Amino acid sequence: MKKSLTSLLLTFLALGAGFSVAEALAADDTFNLTIKDHRFEPAQLDVPAGKKLKLIVRNLDPTPEEFESRDLKREKVIAGKGQATISIGPLKPGTYGFVGEFHESTAKGQIVAK
Amino acid sequence: MLATAIIVFREVLEAALVVSIVLAATRGVTRRALWVGGGVLGGLLGATAVAWFAEAIAAAASGVGQELFNATILFAAVIMLGWHNIWMSRHGRELAKDLKNMSAAIRSGTRPMHVLAAVVAMAVLREGSELVLFLYGVAASAPNEASGMLAGALTGIGIGVAVGATLYLGLLRIPSSRLFAVTGWMILLLAAGMASQGAAFLVQADVLPALGQRVWDTQGLISDEGIVGRVLHALVGYTAHPDGIQVLFYLITLCGILTLMKIVNAPTRANPLAGAAAAARGMQNHSS
Repeated sequence: MKKSLTSLLLTFLALGAGFSVAEALAADDTFNLTIKDHRFEPAQLDVPAGKKLKLIVRNLDPTPEEFESRDLKREKVIAGKGQATISIGPLKPGTYGFVGEFHESTAKGQIVAK
Repeated sequence: MLATAIIVFREVLEAALVVSIVLAATRGVTRRALWVGGGVLGGLLGATAVAWFAEAIAAAASGVGQELFNATILFAAVIMLGWHNIWMSRHGRELAKDLKNMSAAIRSGTRPMHVLAAVVAMAVLREGSELVLFLYGVAASAPNEASGMLAGALTGIGIGVAVGATLYLGLLRIPSSRLFAVTGWMILLLAAGMASQGAAFLVQADVLPALGQRVWDTQGLISDEGIVGRVLHALVGYTAHPDGIQVLFYLITLCGILTLMKIVNAPTRANPLAGAAAAARGMQNHSS
């Protein structure tokens, strides 16, 4: 039982590694988001559906922010004056909201996949 | 102030629930307050260090250092929680028999308290580092609102601790003969939930495939953002729309720990001690 569990896990990790390599070979589309004065720019980002994407979030504020999207299942702290890369997708067509958790009243936006 | 209190509460909640489960699971262990307190303190120190190096951690591993770091912490906690449960499956019955007559060996040294203290430290570290960053941000951007921020932070911490204390007091109402069975299940689900969360971080880092997004969607039923969703997330790893790989990690962890508990608990010829213990238990049952 223990052995079969281990081999299952190993197969599964190998599968994961294979996927990652295949994905790395197919160049991802990159989209940019900026945080300034605790707001996202642009507040709406149009992206293609059904593709893997890279989101580069630059924080121009001196204070840290947490990019959080329950819809996309993503959360990442971005240091003040820092930047972060977040991989998302492939997305089904639709609207996906995100917020800056540390300044939720102003830092709001959405990704629209078409 | 209110906004600060809410964010602080969210970050504190998960760690507070972990601490209360650990406290309930270690009922009757001498010096457990010292262990758990040490875990919290170590976690806070670690959180400050992590916040300090946040930028370096984020930039590591070509930009996915933060995800890998979080996943590592979570998986380490999963292993420790699993270890504790496996240990308890061997010794728990003796513990449950009578809390007062517990053998001194179990009470002090051999109980894997360091494992649970480490779990507490990791829970505090993970949630705490975000908290430190957030509070630093507020303090840096509005220095003249420091008193409001402090009040908000203390309120948030207070409510988080109160929720944890409620869970702890609720667990203490369980008769001691059943307490360890209940905390054992809670720790098992805690571990499975953490494994699923760790898998989500690895998907975010693009290390693992999602194996299907939104296997189901219960956002309408129990929202991720609501208090019920957050408490369930902390306790049993609830998420409204999990990735396939999260479900897989959850089930593998659950079945893996349960299987190991069964194997360790089974009295076999190869392990005369366990056999003798089982025989002794059987005799006691007959005589009582």
